[in-house]
Amino acid sequence: MAKRIEVSGLHAYYGGTHAIEDISMTVEPRSVTAFIGPSGCGKSTFLRTLNRMHEVIPGARVEGKVMLDDDDLYAPSVDPVAVRRTVGMVFQRPNPFPTMSIYDNVAAGLKLNGVRRKSQLDDIVEDSLKGANLWEEVKDRLGKPGAGLSGGQQQRLCIARAIAVQPQVLLMDEPCSALDPISTLAIEDLIAKLKNQYTIVIVTHNMQQAARVSDRTAFFNIAGTGRPGKLIEIDDTSKIFTNPEQKATEDYITGRFG
Amino acid sequence: MSTQSGVDAAVGARHRADTRRLSTGRTGDRIFAGAARGSGILVLAIMAAIAVFLIWKAIPALQDNKANFITSQDWNPNATPPKFGIAQLAFGTVMSAGLSLVMATPVAIAIALFIAYYSPRKIASGLGYVVDLLAAVPSIVYGLWGLRVLAPHMDGISRFLNDVLGWIPFFGGDSPGKNSIFTASVVLAIMILPIISSISREVFLQVPRANVEAALALGATRWEMIRLAVLPYGQSGVIGASMLGLGRAMGETIAVAMVLTFVPGINIHLLEDGGSTFAANIAKSFGEASPTGRGALIASGLVLFVITLVVNMAARAVVARRKEFV
Ligand SMILES: Nc1ncnc2c1ncn2[C@@H]1O[C@H](COP(=O)(O)OP(=O)(O)OP(=O)(O)O)[C@@H](O)[C@H]1O
Ligand SMILES: [Mg+2]
Repeated sequence: MAKRIEVSGLHAYYGGTHAIEDISMTVEPRSVTAFIGPSGCGKSTFLRTLNRMHEVIPGARVEGKVMLDDDDLYAPSVDPVAVRRTVGMVFQRPNPFPTMSIYDNVAAGLKLNGVRRKSQLDDIVEDSLKGANLWEEVKDRLGKPGAGLSGGQQQRLCIARAIAVQPQVLLMDEPCSALDPISTLAIEDLIAKLKNQYTIVIVTHNMQQAARVSDRTAFFNIAGTGRPGKLIEIDDTSKIFTNPEQKATEDYITGRFG
Repeated sequence: MSTQSGVDAAVGARHRADTRRLSTGRTGDRIFAGAARGSGILVLAIMAAIAVFLIWKAIPALQDNKANFITSQDWNPNATPPKFGIAQLAFGTVMSAGLSLVMATPVAIAIALFIAYYSPRKIASGLGYVVDLLAAVPSIVYGLWGLRVLAPHMDGISRFLNDVLGWIPFFGGDSPGKNSIFTASVVLAIMILPIISSISREVFLQVPRANVEAALALGATRWEMIRLAVLPYGQSGVIGASMLGLGRAMGETIAVAMVLTFVPGINIHLLEDGGSTFAANIAKSFGEASPTGRGALIASGLVLFVITLVVNMAARAVVARRKEFV
């Protein structure tokens, strides 16, 4: 199920602003890749180019190439809607559909894909909630609104919603930044479990988290305000955190940044 | 629990003390609070006074009435003895307003969605402006337009509807015409379209970006995104907007009075000429009414008020039932 992502020469713009510059990298299937770097260096922007969510912002555009195995995501014939069904996304702030029940939140993507049979929906909803380590907490109140859960539960609900459609890749943009340490650990455990099935990319500001959950780490940086963000280096996580090639990476992870 | 609330109270008290000390405009605050409370009470007092005055005027007429005020279809308050009932007026009002709402709401929602999510951004604001402008057209203009422009064309449309939908009682009958409740409701639909559309548009534009992106990231097309994120979020706003429109349609006077030809008695065939509404009836007959006639009209106005109130409360109940999910 998991697929390899290969990015080459990627630039992203917001109107006239050049947000990220010339990024090339490979993300291996069934692994966790962490993106780290200072605020504003373009981690979220880059992540959103991987499922064509960047272009939903008015005036935003992308140049360069993103290959998902053998498919060019930005080929003219490719429908961005189809890309987003293959590459799932979890946002920084939990964003369950506020008017929907827990069940309907998880089933939303399935219904988009034409799954209608109740028994099949039931099964997948249960599996996804179990996959997101949320089933035990919500199995007795599936009909209640998703917005009534705690922040950490909502985030796991969003993960369940994303994995219910069995994407090839799961993108997570600071999924734990609004959560307490216990919920954070729950989600980190979940990531470790999910990586057996999915290609996972996670943006995080938390070095320990990157070190704990990821196999590979990419460090992004920005030369100055108004300049585009760049990929400085990507390597095995253990290497980045012990013996990075670049001085800037070492400065950042040891806290001597800026 | 009790210690907790004790702590809360203490914190609250300290907080109040702090803000009081920090506040530079204590007199300003007090004046504002007084003014706000005063105008609130004033509004209620004026409304109560109006209600009392109207009821006061209506009671003598109701006492003289020789027919059943609720069920009678006659409206002869100036005769001796006076005989009048609101059945026909209530029927005409509810039918014309309800039908206009059925016609206007889908179109208004479609326009609002188009402006908010489909049209290019440059066109969107101009389009929104034009729709808002429609709301500013005086109702006499709509009345004239309905009478002179629309009604002559309604003959064919009415006959067509009569042929196709004649099996529904409301569209049945032998002589579809052009000065019918149906024509009136088309005019009303156009009149209430802008208000429903512009409020809906505002609500749709307020849908949080996070909800929209959640839907898009799941692989929703634009329409699916609207169904997943926009419509559920906007639902209560659209209901509220429709209720405003319905209120306007039920209270509309001159446009309806101009379009309808008066024929006594309830006619459930809405395509046939005839029918009347509370507001149109008041506008047409208040001038020549005897004192009893005026009382009767005022009583009918009170009934319209009650109907509007009930409709509003029903709408609120609908919205409140969904509250848990909003
Ligand atoms: N919607 C937008 N419109 C215009 N510019 C934007 C938009 N979103 C982000 N940017 C700009 O693009 C650059 C990269 O932003 P991005 O959100 O990708 O950074 P980030 O690395 O995710 O930061 P953080 O760690 O704070 O989340 C920033 O300079 C930002 O101001
Ligand atoms: Mg970010």
